[in-house]
Amino acid sequence: MAKGDPGVTTRGRRAAPRSKRPATAGEPELVQLLTPEGERIESAIGPDGTEYRVDFTDEEYRGLYRDLVLVRKLDAEATALQRQGELGLWASLLGQEAAQVGSGRALRTQDMAFPTYREHGVLYCRGIDPIMPLGLFRGVDQGGWDPNEFKFNMYTIVIGAQTLHATGYAMGVHMDGKTGTEDGEAVIAYFGDGATSQGDVNEAFVWASVFNAPLVFFCQNNQYAISEPLERQTRVPLYQRAGGFGFPGVRVDGNDVLASYAVTRHALDNARLGQGPSLIEAYTYRMGAHTTSDDPTRYRIASEVEAWRAKDPIARMKAFLEKQQLADADFFAAVDEQARAESVHLRERVLAMPNPEPVTMFDHVYPNGSPELDEQRAQFSKYMESFEGSAH
Amino acid sequence: MATETLTLGKALNTGLRKALENDPKVVIMGEDVGKLGGVFRITDGLQKDFGDQRVIDTPLAESGIIGTAVGLAIRGFRPVCEIQFDGFVYPAYDQIVSQVAKMHYRSQGKVRIPMVIRIPYGGGIGAVEHHSESPEAYFAHTAGLKVVTCANPQDAYTMIQQAIASDDPIVFLEPKRRYWEKGPVELDAPLSEAYPLHSARVARAGTDATVLAYGPMVRTCLDAATAAAEDGRELEVIDLRTLSPLDLTAAYESVKRTGRCVVVHEAPGNLGLGSEIAARITEECFYSLESPVLRVTGFDTPYPASRVEEEYLPDLDRVLDAVDRTFGW
Ligand SMILES: Cc1ncc(C[n+]2csc(CCOP(=O)(O)OP(=O)(O)O)c2C)c(N)n1
Repeated sequence: MAKGDPGVTTRGRRAAPRSKRPATAGEPELVQLLTPEGERIESAIGPDGTEYRVDFTDEEYRGLYRDLVLVRKLDAEATALQRQGELGLWASLLGQEAAQVGSGRALRTQDMAFPTYREHGVLYCRGIDPIMPLGLFRGVDQGGWDPNEFKFNMYTIVIGAQTLHATGYAMGVHMDGKTGTEDGEAVIAYFGDGATSQGDVNEAFVWASVFNAPLVFFCQNNQYAISEPLERQTRVPLYQRAGGFGFPGVRVDGNDVLASYAVTRHALDNARLGQGPSLIEAYTYRMGAHTTSDDPTRYRIASEVEAWRAKDPIARMKAFLEKQQLADADFFAAVDEQARAESVHLRERVLAMPNPEPVTMFDHVYPNGSPELDEQRAQFSKYMESFEGSAH
Repeated sequence: MATETLTLGKALNTGLRKALENDPKVVIMGEDVGKLGGVFRITDGLQKDFGDQRVIDTPLAESGIIGTAVGLAIRGFRPVCEIQFDGFVYPAYDQIVSQVAKMHYRSQGKVRIPMVIRIPYGGGIGAVEHHSESPEAYFAHTAGLKVVTCANPQDAYTMIQQAIASDDPIVFLEPKRRYWEKGPVELDAPLSEAYPLHSARVARAGTDATVLAYGPMVRTCLDAATAAAEDGRELEVIDLRTLSPLDLTAAYESVKRTGRCVVVHEAPGNLGLGSEIAARITEECFYSLESPVLRVTGFDTPYPASRVEEEYLPDLDRVLDAVDRTFGW
């Protein structure tokens, strides 16, 4: 600990009010391809001189917009379901749609993703039924999709743990000789700004670097780890950390779906070609609460939220489509209708999700079972049957 | 003397406040403990009143929280670390068992680590995975650590202060499902006169069978005792309070009278605290026992999805069922 750090000085005072020092000096260099007003930027240069651009068809632009609206609507439905007591908890992605859809659509079929617990947008892009994460938050299962089938691992609640799994997986890809060509495999690991403080994440940086793992570290810097602002995790812009570990880092406007796509696609391609890991810091904002049990008014001010609302990822994509006359009122109405219908459908299915049979808690503890556990299961079943017909 | 009715959570908060007031070397540290007051609000208002150098929001890194607290303790502070949830203590596990527990021993008594590690633990609140675990056996198995848990607001208030005042590193387990339960708290009694930290206590006297529990299960067992009394059976419920060292004096005395013993905890049965307790009771009370010591515990599965946790957790029926079995021998 440096002199003057909290707790170490016996005088109980610090020489300079370090907490007032901004974590990042000035406006951060941000790769952006679509301004908050919906203006297209032809190309943008990253910190290492890489030029980023995208070239989408009109249909693809509209598709990205549809993805953004759908994941926001499904997320809102899940939040509402939690409020009505149908889910124990929900971690909303509101505000982070562009970072998730941009990076999620940049993945190729063969690429593998390791999420945290908020990546419902990436999950959607992987083609997984959006009801899947709701079972976990409802408490009826612990996440029901097949990670191997969809190339999207289970949600990870222990902060940062998945970055090491992603690294190991990526090392395996490399060892299997699946890198070095245009159609090689790449891996992406999602985590938050808070996670960058964890030992695991720093160890993942070390491993990925020295083993040249085909991995993209995708940090959604949504400015808070529950109540703690970015300054509680770092004094330097997060993307700059990559340099110290020996791989490139770039900060992208995480509310810009085009830039998020371009930057991620580039990093994934580098990885699949055998050029090793990189770090993307998607600079964004969590518009809602951390989870439904959080009270953000305790630690952040309304004006900050409003300032970020002006950078909304969907509004800017809509403005762009309108300006370029890529979509008309009918299109927007149709997307809204599709989102509404899918969310109603989701709601119906969540309400119909039954509680698991209690005896299922004994399933899958060991791949080949265990005689001791079988015995416990049998005793438990007998015990439960003794209540049969009673109100238990 | 001022007796107030407080929730267990508020009693902890008040105890922490007292500790901060009484000793300028006490610092609280953890994730979200400052402005937010912790996710359970146990540190609510403390940063506001004591400042951000006494109530420290740390970076999101459990190994870092415990590891730096070790340094602070060596430097003369008394850190009180909050681990946000039971399931997140494992990144700090290495620091706790390899460093915190052994410094005093390795330094031949020259280095003290007067640290408290607060962990909200146990299930019953409908949480998602990693938020409902019972890791007590991992810590109780480690020599050099002390492990205690409170079961009512009065104990919460005094035990947290006693733990902070102690020179031992203490893992302080807080029964999170009981945070909102109320009870009387004597606020002004001097700590020196309080019931000792490392001692079990009879929570309800009885003659027919002894039920041993700690933390969240004490309430459950007291409810079971009330139900049993309606059927004419008087259960003695002992709140163990201290898990390492285990104080079984009251338990031995009780079992010798009742001849029957049931041990209850939420953690899985396999190699849980109940195994140790049953073995010791058997050794000590063999000739008084009318039946084997029985255990009522969680199953040997990972903590299940919350919609079946009621079936996983020992409840009143399972406790009473075990009591019945001790009579059927
Ligand atoms: C190891 C660990 N410690 C603590 C927690 C409790 N917790 C859950 S989310 C969270 C904040 C995470 O912040 P960040 O990494 O920035 O991700 P965000 O939720 O903002 O996307 C905390 C402290 C946890 N899940 N895991």
